[in-house]
Amino acid sequence: MSDEEDIILSELDDEELVQQMFDDLYDGLKEEIEEGVNILLERGWAPYDILTKALVGGMTIVGADFRDGILFVPEVLLAANAMKGGMSILKPLLAETGAPRMGSMVIGTVKGDIHDIGKNLVSMMMEGAGFEVYDIGINNPVENYLEAMAEHKPDILGMSALLTTTMPYMKVVIDTMIEQGLRDDYIVLVGGAPLNEEFGKAIGADGYCRDAAVAVEMAKDFVARKHNAMSA
Amino acid sequence: MTERAAFRPPTGRTLEESSLTEQGLAAPEKKTGRILLIACGALAREIIDINEKNGLDHIDLTCLPAKLHLYPEQIVDAIDGAVAKHSAVYDKIFVVYADCGTGGALERKCAELGVEMVAGPHCYSFFEGNETFARHSEEGEITAFYLTDFLVKQFDAFVWRPMGLDKNPELRDMVFGNYTKLIYQSQTSDPKLVEKARACADRMGLEFEHRHTGYGDLETSLTAWAKGSSSSGSG
Repeated sequence: MSDEEDIILSELDDEELVQQMFDDLYDGLKEEIEEGVNILLERGWAPYDILTKALVGGMTIVGADFRDGILFVPEVLLAANAMKGGMSILKPLLAETGAPRMGSMVIGTVKGDIHDIGKNLVSMMMEGAGFEVYDIGINNPVENYLEAMAEHKPDILGMSALLTTTMPYMKVVIDTMIEQGLRDDYIVLVGGAPLNEEFGKAIGADGYCRDAAVAVEMAKDFVARKHNAMSA
Repeated sequence: MTERAAFRPPTGRTLEESSLTEQGLAAPEKKTGRILLIACGALAREIIDINEKNGLDHIDLTCLPAKLHLYPEQIVDAIDGAVAKHSAVYDKIFVVYADCGTGGALERKCAELGVEMVAGPHCYSFFEGNETFARHSEEGEITAFYLTDFLVKQFDAFVWRPMGLDKNPELRDMVFGNYTKLIYQSQTSDPKLVEKARACADRMGLEFEHRHTGYGDLETSLTAWAKGSSSSGSG
């Protein structure tokens, strides 16, 4: 995105630096992102502000360009890797300083499926948006989801699948939740390349998330509605 | 990727793999049979071989560019366009694609168009035989990355470059980290391809297994279609 050379990040003012970090995230430059995060910390920025204004802001642009076919999977992976570098610095500080908590989520790829690129992006963006994320990994039978929900009591259950052959398993999980009387305790969001909104509705999910940015917006919306309903 | 271009008929005229990947295979200028197969470019050689072996000379072939597999969401519209283009000319059209990552959308489209397609989730499954493949998956073979003859030949164009590994090899484990082995499902017997497949496994950091499948359910489907169409007389 940027053609400039020899930019000294520490010489940029805050606004320029954040813009430069957007460019660096877009270009997947992990070391530069880590340096930018450290500079903003030295300048007294709150970790939460760095996360939301610099990192999530930058990844939102990456996500939009991926959705629009301007960026492809490799570029998104590089950007995610760069964001991960920044988040690894911020995460312990966020725990110390406290940050607004939007809600919590258990997320995992369904049984029979080992694909996790999309799931990992969602996890990262959800964390960036202030959600507590419990990522239970890949190839999860229904028991794993139930155990994780019992243990963490999340607001949201997220399920991911890349394969046409594994996506029906999401219904197995939702049906089991219904059988056990748990379904209404959780917001269920699903996503993955072969899914669509129609499929999400057909299996009884609350929402189908086309990409990580949509997942974050939908999660915020559902959690806000849930909290409103509880306080009403 | 979001804008759907109008259907562009395949322009390829050769069975060279890179042409099948990029241009597909054009339909014959003058039809030679009553049946047309609209297939994935990755299956062109296999289909021609099956047809020759079984004397299916009343079947014509056109292939969409194999690279459509990198954007499965475009396959359905491309099939729709190809069927519309050829349906007035041929008595019967068959679609030689499996679900191929379309999440059931291709099956719905084919039902709407009144054309049959190959059963199964993808070519790895129908080459091995859908039942056998499903059984292997049930038994836990979910960490295998599959290559066919075509994909071994086109490994860089289909796997390595689209995932950015030519420029960013450090992404390899983010992309393939959950896989444990590469299974080369061979359709033909070619020791050079076996060695190339083994080298692909090395590059991906995976164990290697060679499994000869032949044409599996692809051959069964094509011969059944040919027989059904012949016996019905109407194609």
